[in-house]
Amino acid sequence: MSVQTPAVPLARARRRAGLWTLVKRHVLAAYALLVVGYLMLPIVVVILFSFNAPKGRFNFIWQGFTLDNWTHWDAILGIRPAIITSLEVALLATLVATALGTLMAMAIVRHHFVGRSTTNLLVFLPMSTPEIVLGASLLTLFLNTTAVFQLGFWTIFIAHVMFIISFVVVTVKARLIGFDRHLEEAAMDLGANELVTFRKVTLPLIAPAMLAAALLGFALSIDDFVITYLNAGATQTFPVFVWGIARVAVPPQVNVVASAIFLVAIALGLGNVFSQYRAAKRQRQGA
Amino acid sequence: MGAFFHRHRGLTPYLLLAPGILWLGIFFLIPLAFLGYESLQSGLFPNFEFTWEFSNFSDALSLYHEQLVRSFFYAGIATVACLLLAYPLAYWIAFRAGPWRNLFLLVIVAPFFVTYLVRTLAWLNILANEGPVVGFLQWAHVLGENDRLLATTFAVVAGITYNFFPFMALPLYVSLEQIDPRLLEAAKDLYASSTKAFLRVTLPLSAPGIVAGTLLTFIPAAGDFINAALLGTPKQAMIGNVIQAKFLESLDYPTAAALSFILMGMILVALLVYARVVGTEKLTG
Repeated sequence: MSVQTPAVPLARARRRAGLWTLVKRHVLAAYALLVVGYLMLPIVVVILFSFNAPKGRFNFIWQGFTLDNWTHWDAILGIRPAIITSLEVALLATLVATALGTLMAMAIVRHHFVGRSTTNLLVFLPMSTPEIVLGASLLTLFLNTTAVFQLGFWTIFIAHVMFIISFVVVTVKARLIGFDRHLEEAAMDLGANELVTFRKVTLPLIAPAMLAAALLGFALSIDDFVITYLNAGATQTFPVFVWGIARVAVPPQVNVVASAIFLVAIALGLGNVFSQYRAAKRQRQGA
Repeated sequence: MGAFFHRHRGLTPYLLLAPGILWLGIFFLIPLAFLGYESLQSGLFPNFEFTWEFSNFSDALSLYHEQLVRSFFYAGIATVACLLLAYPLAYWIAFRAGPWRNLFLLVIVAPFFVTYLVRTLAWLNILANEGPVVGFLQWAHVLGENDRLLATTFAVVAGITYNFFPFMALPLYVSLEQIDPRLLEAAKDLYASSTKAFLRVTLPLSAPGIVAGTLLTFIPAAGDFINAALLGTPKQAMIGNVIQAKFLESLDYPTAAALSFILMGMILVALLVYARVVGTEKLTG
């Protein structure tokens, strides 16, 4: 169109307007990328300093490149048992919380019963309570019932299941709401009873949501410090270990472990992004 | 078993709920009751007695009002900073990032994949007195020769902002992403400038995200103590630091419990005020 119009001033005005939107668009993009840079900066620092060869006790200033920290990641007393405890707690708590949370989500979405909104509130409350209050209240329970509960591995486990459940309920609920119930009715019509229907139809369909909830729960558990610290007694998870050693001097091995956790998580995330991207592409081609 | 479920259909939801409800009841609700019980006790460790000691609350308030106010002040600034940083980013991802959207979403949550304490400690490296940021700011004469960033209010608020950023950015993205682009086209067709279209269409439609993000950022930020402990000094101590120290160091459980309740109560009041301002419907969805 504009090629055919001989009116030069109009084209110039349009070009200027185009330039202005171009600048505007790039200002936004530049700002967005700056924020991305801000988000990435500490991560880069953590990974970079895992390769540092500190001269003194402090790992603050870059001294030189080394792989020693990675090959001797457990050279610091206490770091290995702390990581093992973290993994054990995260695995167990995630398993239990995913099971309990999925059942709750099914009840809330599938059934109308007296007390439904109260249940929703009970699920919402732990998520909107500050961690320090969650941890402190649980600690007072344990301190007042020392005959039953001694602070340690199991009190950490109890605390983690408690704060993961709500996140599982919310995640699985979202999936169940968009669930086609005709599939279950069809199974029942074909003679399957409730349990068989659940195992063969319902479970496979909600499995992705359960997996997502479990991954979220695992991430929350392995990263939790506040609630764990209050209820751990003498037992150490990795974050509690870092807190203790941060008062002296943080060795590069801490960066190594944090980088390793980050790399595993980001690999899982990238895998997910890539598979979604491929699924979207396949859908576009199919349409 | 199938027959049992058939005969007692009404029981099914309660059976499904029972384990989860029991867990939350025993390890969330009952502990809150214990916290209330503890907050009204008097005496010294380990001999506390329940005496309806309401003075724990007034004493805690008069001793630690400074830390309480500071917590809410820091959390407020950090929440606003998160909003200013996250909104343009979320907007850009929702409307401009095209097929890269999910990748940038991963970037938003990436800080969560680095252990909380370790990513906070990384700011020690970045803001260190010999570090690049301080060096640059001194060169640009923003900071004087002897000024520093570590162990200041700035460092603590910056740490809180960084640590809770994803809580703000994710709900913002979700609400922006749901906006039908045809609404913006309609606004343009009706001769709205792009600024006006943003103010009258995009911004109001993203309000649920702003509300959710603000709550999700503010609540944990007000109770945080890690940033103040690692990046600040006792002069930047927040209420979380006091509660933590009372529980684990000075073993003054009644005061710690009273402070926990005061923190919760103040957050509740803040929520109600906020609900009044933005409207209740937006708060509860």
